[in-house]
Formats: sequence, C-alpha cells, structure tokens
Amino acid sequence: MTLAGHRIDPQLADAFGGVLAVLALATLAGLALKLVVRTESARATVDNANARIRTWWVLCVIFGLTLVIGPTGSLVLFGLMSFLALREYITLVATRRADHHTLFWTFFIFTPLQYFLLGLRWSGFVIVIPVYAFLFLPAVMALAGDTRSFLERAAKIQWGLMICVYCLSYAPALYMLDIPGYGPDAKLLLYLVIVDQASDVLQYVWGKLLGRHKIAPTVSPNKTWEGFVGGIVSATAIGTALWWMTPFTPLVSAAVSLLITLLGFAGGLVFSAIKRDSGVKDYGTIVQGHGGILDRMDSLIFAAPVFFHVVRFFYALK
Amino acid sequence: MTLRRFAGVIAAGARLISGVQVSWRGGRPPARQSVFFANHTSHLDFVVLWSSLPRAMRRRTRPVAAQDYWHHGLRRTLAVDVFNAILVPRGHGQASREASARDTIDRIVNDMGDRYSLIIFPEGTRGTGEAVGPFKSGLYYLCLRKPELALIPAYIENLNRILPKGEFLPVPFISRVTFGPSSFIESSESKEHFLARMRDALCALQPR
Repeated sequence: MTLAGHRIDPQLADAFGGVLAVLALATLAGLALKLVVRTESARATVDNANARIRTWWVLCVIFGLTLVIGPTGSLVLFGLMSFLALREYITLVATRRADHHTLFWTFFIFTPLQYFLLGLRWSGFVIVIPVYAFLFLPAVMALAGDTRSFLERAAKIQWGLMICVYCLSYAPALYMLDIPGYGPDAKLLLYLVIVDQASDVLQYVWGKLLGRHKIAPTVSPNKTWEGFVGGIVSATAIGTALWWMTPFTPLVSAAVSLLITLLGFAGGLVFSAIKRDSGVKDYGTIVQGHGGILDRMDSLIFAAPVFFHVVRFFYALK
Repeated sequence: MTLRRFAGVIAAGARLISGVQVSWRGGRPPARQSVFFANHTSHLDFVVLWSSLPRAMRRRTRPVAAQDYWHHGLRRTLAVDVFNAILVPRGHGQASREASARDTIDRIVNDMGDRYSLIIFPEGTRGTGEAVGPFKSGLYYLCLRKPELALIPAYIENLNRILPKGEFLPVPFISRVTFGPSSFIESSESKEHFLARMRDALCALQPR
C-alpha cells in the first residue's frame, strides 16, 4: 500500500485501519445514544462524549499523517505537543519576574534541542535534560538575583521540563530502537499510543457505566475501582491482541500492555493532583472536549519512558 | 491605509503566542459605542485585547496610546497605520495640565466620532501585573463629554509574564481576557466615585 509516494507497512495500515473502524463505530453509537437519552445529566454526558469523539477524529488524522511522514513527522508533532504542554504547565505554576530568562532557555533552547538530538538519532538525548539542563537552569536563575522561594521555583521549572519534554520525547524516541528482526519501526509507537489511549478511554467508559467506589476521592472524583479494573483489563486485552505488530510474543505483549496501562493510570492520577492543588479543572481548552494537551497526554508521559527502557533493555541492540 | 490589513495577521499571531482564552462575563457587549478599559502590564496588551474582540467589532475599535512612546518609526507604523490608534500626550507638564487634558479629550472625542469604540488603559502606564494601580482621570472627563458610552472592563491575565516590562524576548504562557458587564457614568457622579467604581469593576474580574 502506498500513500502520497510513501510505502506503508501493511501491519501499520491494518492497525491504524482498526483504530479508524473503532472510531466510526463510536461515532455511530454516539449518534444513537443522542436520540435515546432523556435526562439532562445523561444528555450532558453524551454531548461531551460526542465532542470527544469528534476531536478523536482530528487527533487520529494528525497522528496518522505524521506516522506516514516518518520519524521527522513524529518528532515535529511531539515537539509541538511538548511545547504546548509545557506552556499549559508553566501557566499554572507561580513564577516570578526573575524567572524570565530561565523560562526562555527552557522553552526555546532545551525543548527544541531535545527533539533535535532525537532527530540526529544520538543516544545522548537521555542525559541532556536530566544532567545538563538540571544544573544549568538553576545557575541562570541564581544569576537573575531573586532568592525568594528559590528552591521551589527552580524545582517547579525543572519538573515541568522533565515531564512535558523529556518524558514525552520518549514516545518518538521509539524510532531509535534497533530491534533484530523488527527494525526501527513506527509500529512500536502506534502500539504504545493505542494501548495507552485505549486504557484512558476504557477507564472513562467503565467508570461512567459501573463506577461506584472512588480510588482517590481527594485527587480525582472520576477515578473509580470499577473504571480502573475494567479499563486496565480491557486495554491489556487489546494490547495482547495486537502482539503481531510488535516484537513481542502474545504473553509478553500482555505483560507490556499491563505495564503501560498501570503507568498511564499513575500519570493521570499525578496530573489530577497537580490540577487539584492549583484549583483548575483542565489544563487548557486546545483539545476540544478533552481540555488541554496535558489532560490528553498525562498517561503517555508516564508510560513512554518506561516502555522505551524496557523494550531497549530486553530487545534492542546495545 | 493598506497596512491596516496586517492588523488581522498580527492579531492572529498574537492569539497564537498568547494562547488567549476569552470570556464575556456580562454577556456579549452591546452593539453601541463603548470604551473597553483594561489593566496594563505589557506591550502586548492592546494587540491581544483588540484581537479578543469579535471580528466585526475590531474594525470599529481604536486603541488610545501614549504619544511619547508610540510616536516614532516602527512603533508609529504599528500603532497608527496598522491599528489605527489615537495617540495622546501623557500629562507631564504641571502648568498647562488642565488645558492640555481638555485638548486631549477633545481630540479623542473628535477622533472617535459616533462610530468608533475605544481601548483605554486608565492606569496610564504599565504596572507589575500584581495589583491594579489608581486610574487617571481621563476616563471620567471623556464620559462627561459622552455619557452615552458603554463602559466595559477587561481584565488581562498573564500577558505580563509573556513579555514583562523591560524584556525583549517573549516566553509563552496561556493568557486570559475576561470582559465584565457594561455600565455607564451616573448623572452628577463625582470624579472620585466614578473612578473608584470603574476600578472596582475591573478588579472584580481578577482571579482569586
């Protein structure tokens, strides 16, 4: 199969076609539900679900196109998402006037640098932010001369850079893994994103259907044990069923999927805690029906680095 | 005149950089001559505020800017040719203060005619972004001359973090413009009462 002169891996096309088919079914189900529901609150839930589904189409088209373009496409997409996610994060965090230069370095030097290094396929991308930016940024901040809440301010900016840029950049970094008999392949990225996002959606769906017992009521009123178990089990089942697009056996694929979903859950919880602390409901409005970039990417941010290192440790050429 | 076309492009760029989220707390503004008055913390203020207005309203809205700052070169091109700003002197001279203030109001009233709405920063200068400063009396004298003007407060958040006073390079933040409900000057309202009431209306839009 080819698209715009690019040869498309048939397995990639199958997996992506599957995603679009599920989305089409969800769209039809959403339309049907809209005709059925009567109560005010149910209507609000269905309208929000339909808005989310519409946005999913846009996200899938963008993501699909970048997969077709190849590594550069994915790097640009994730680089842009890191930038917007960092903007959402820093907007929430109290910064002071003296942080201006530190923030400039964070946004316009280290963020592009991280993705540029990935573009060069240089394995040193794993240390630039945790070592060099980690030491450099507080030095810039100290030079600005404002010592009030110094440690808090430095830590908050570093945390944002680690989370929004470093951790998220591990998703397109999957292109760098050279796995014998499998190769560097876009399918691994698609697999991670499908399992991770399916887990998010299914936790939401199971929670809406059966949710009774809250897991962490002070952090997120929407996370229930029923949603957690239902979402993790069904997303792990999906991941297991997709073993053919990975270098894994079905059993390993099940274990890896479970790991992705559990990490994704942890990511969602952590980002809910930050929102609760800052007194906001969403990080932004850019992703219609979902909130901000961080509301959509919180689980991937946690899952991507661990997935990368696990696969590299067990499968990739050193 | 053709430069005015760039206003839309610049406004789109400003919306992109500032990621501005706009909310109208008092419903949509009335379709009449209005004064949008806002807190002032950044050079980006009037561009972002202008670009937050509905498209049809933008063409009929002119910012009022300080002559001493916007009078020369590229700044003048931007303010006058692109954004159709009304440039006014800031009150510096002590002796002829009263007279020049009257001249300024005359100029604004003349330039706005019965067509244009205004964007005004009544603090007169850029603040730190933490507290809204006291209002200059220009807004009061303008309303004495044109009491039919609808007064709409607009609170601008976070633009000072994007480009603080004295900085050249911007840093991206998501900013917010909140428009409040409109009000009018009351008959025989004192200057102090009016200015305090307007300042309160603006401060009421501050996030807690």
